Amino acid sequence: MADFSEYKNVWVFCEQRQGELQTTDFELVSEATKLASELGCKVVGLLLGDNVKGLANEIAGYGADEVVVCESPLLKDYTTDAYAKVLCDMVNEFKPEVLLIGATNIGRDLAPRIAARLHTGLTADATHLDIDTKGYVEYLRESSTIDVDNTTFDWEDRNLKMTRPAFGGHLMATIICPRFRPQISTVRPGVMKKAAFDSAKAQAVKVIEPAFELSADDIKTEVLSIEKAANKLVDLIGADIIVSVGRGIGKDVEKGIALAQELADVLGGGVVGASRAVTDAGWLDAAHQVGQTGKTVHPKIYVALGISGAIQHTAGMQDSECIIAINKNETAPIFGVADYGIVGDLFKVVPQLIEEIKKAKVA
Amino acid sequence: MKAIVCVKQVPDTSGKVAVKENGQLDRASMATITNPDDLAALEAALRLKDATGCEVVAVSMGPFTAESMLRECIARGADRAVLISGREFGGSDTFATSQIIAAGINKIGVGPEDVVFCGRQAIDGDTAQVGPQIAEKLGLPQVTYAAEIEKDGNSLIVKRLLEDGYMKIKVQTPCLITCVKELNEPRYMSVPGIFSCFDSEIEVLDYPALQDDPLIEVDTIGLKGSPTNVFKSFTPPQKGAGTMLAGDDVANQLATILAKKHLI
Repeated sequence: MADFSEYKNVWVFCEQRQGELQTTDFELVSEATKLASELGCKVVGLLLGDNVKGLANEIAGYGADEVVVCESPLLKDYTTDAYAKVLCDMVNEFKPEVLLIGATNIGRDLAPRIAARLHTGLTADATHLDIDTKGYVEYLRESSTIDVDNTTFDWEDRNLKMTRPAFGGHLMATIICPRFRPQISTVRPGVMKKAAFDSAKAQAVKVIEPAFELSADDIKTEVLSIEKAANKLVDLIGADIIVSVGRGIGKDVEKGIALAQELADVLGGGVVGASRAVTDAGWLDAAHQVGQTGKTVHPKIYVALGISGAIQHTAGMQDSECIIAINKNETAPIFGVADYGIVGDLFKVVPQLIEEIKKAKVA
Repeated sequence: MKAIVCVKQVPDTSGKVAVKENGQLDRASMATITNPDDLAALEAALRLKDATGCEVVAVSMGPFTAESMLRECIARGADRAVLISGREFGGSDTFATSQIIAAGINKIGVGPEDVVFCGRQAIDGDTAQVGPQIAEKLGLPQVTYAAEIEKDGNSLIVKRLLEDGYMKIKVQTPCLITCVKELNEPRYMSVPGIFSCFDSEIEVLDYPALQDDPLIEVDTIGLKGSPTNVFKSFTPPQKGAGTMLAGDDVANQLATILAKKHLI
């Protein structure tokens, strides 16, 4: 067994875009504090960018003890080459035991590149992380069909157990990286819970600014422009209420979407989600998509209108607190995950529901 | 100039998915398809061929059954097909897989104007790791999530998707691009293509053919060369069926429940 004693601490790569931290950063830092308490070590944020030092307090407020800041005009916008070089140099210098990276479009570009360069393992899109075997077994008891009481576990095992969905969510796999360090995982946005912001902790942050080398010759790509999507950003991940539409609105797409928005509004100000069928048809843009290749959400109320409930969709919403399904087809698999199901035409049921909710709220 | 396309044969996870009693996927009983993002990558390579007359080489690592998929690539317009296959390669995680495919691509050779295309991710593993790891092993710059590709002299200008928009990135060849489904509409196989693909030779690169590559070592390939291991795999429990509401007043029933549970 290799000696890993010099590898310490849980690191979080904190992604910033145009000088703004991402929600995923806070989710990951919060999750890292749990892992660090199991390992008895510190949480360290790693921040790359240009003039970003001021963001360190924000990262610390969610639980980071230290923030390593690397500033350079060459790190202003994300490029694989520059970020991979600096990140690998920092890992080689500080030797973290665990490194978490958000599974955003940027994180999923960066993580494999550095894992290959560092010669270590990488788990993609984890949805659950454990160090202590005890906690892991409790998780299995809740979330698997494994008979944990009749299974032998190594209670001394201190590897990071990274659990992720595979095969479109049909199967869960727990991955370990026992022979290499750091143990790297990308983590699915929206899955880990963000901690409450602690301003005392934010003030107490220790900022480390190590020297590093980076030159323009290291970067083989050039960012010509960064464009925001024309439409307003749909905050599915942060929403408490989501009303999603599926192929079932096909009869009258505009009315279907309008009804979904109206229902979301009366339920308490929610947003409209969509199945892949809807985004593929161009009825709503991809920012609305919930599911395996879209966003993972866990709102308080999730309403599925005319969505059949293919596993690719349910993988992204099955952890919602209350799921309501309205579908014409009583055999639709969506009813298998719904808390409340109504078989009927959404164009008839939804307007009635909007009225009844308005009445119930007044009462 | 060449376009090298990495393709993978995957079980069709959008159809019925069979899971064995031990919790592992029952691949044998499932239909196989070419990974959807890889078809976008192949189409991107074929469009480069339409524009420049370059050669298109399809590469896959997998069992011999993946040969049928490579023939389909030829029927769509690829000029050559290379299958990397050998039991020494079995059990590889993404690190070991990219190590082996990179060695295979080294055999084909990457010239100064060449482009390697991959799909963003395969629908069976969903990792999106192999493309960037091949790029790292070959020392090529990468652009992932490509939704538009334009050739500009010796460079490519790529529209790279972000969650809330996109970046325009200029990258010099040789480079590696991973493609998303939104990039294009893959063409069908042509009838002459289907006829000729059965006479085409599928080149096979096995362990002896690749073992002189410095990337191929006992501890960098197969199960032994994989930094990650599966610790446990399991199926999630079925969520219990909820309450079905029926009758003429379903809307009222639901509103009452939501109010009682303080959800509205």
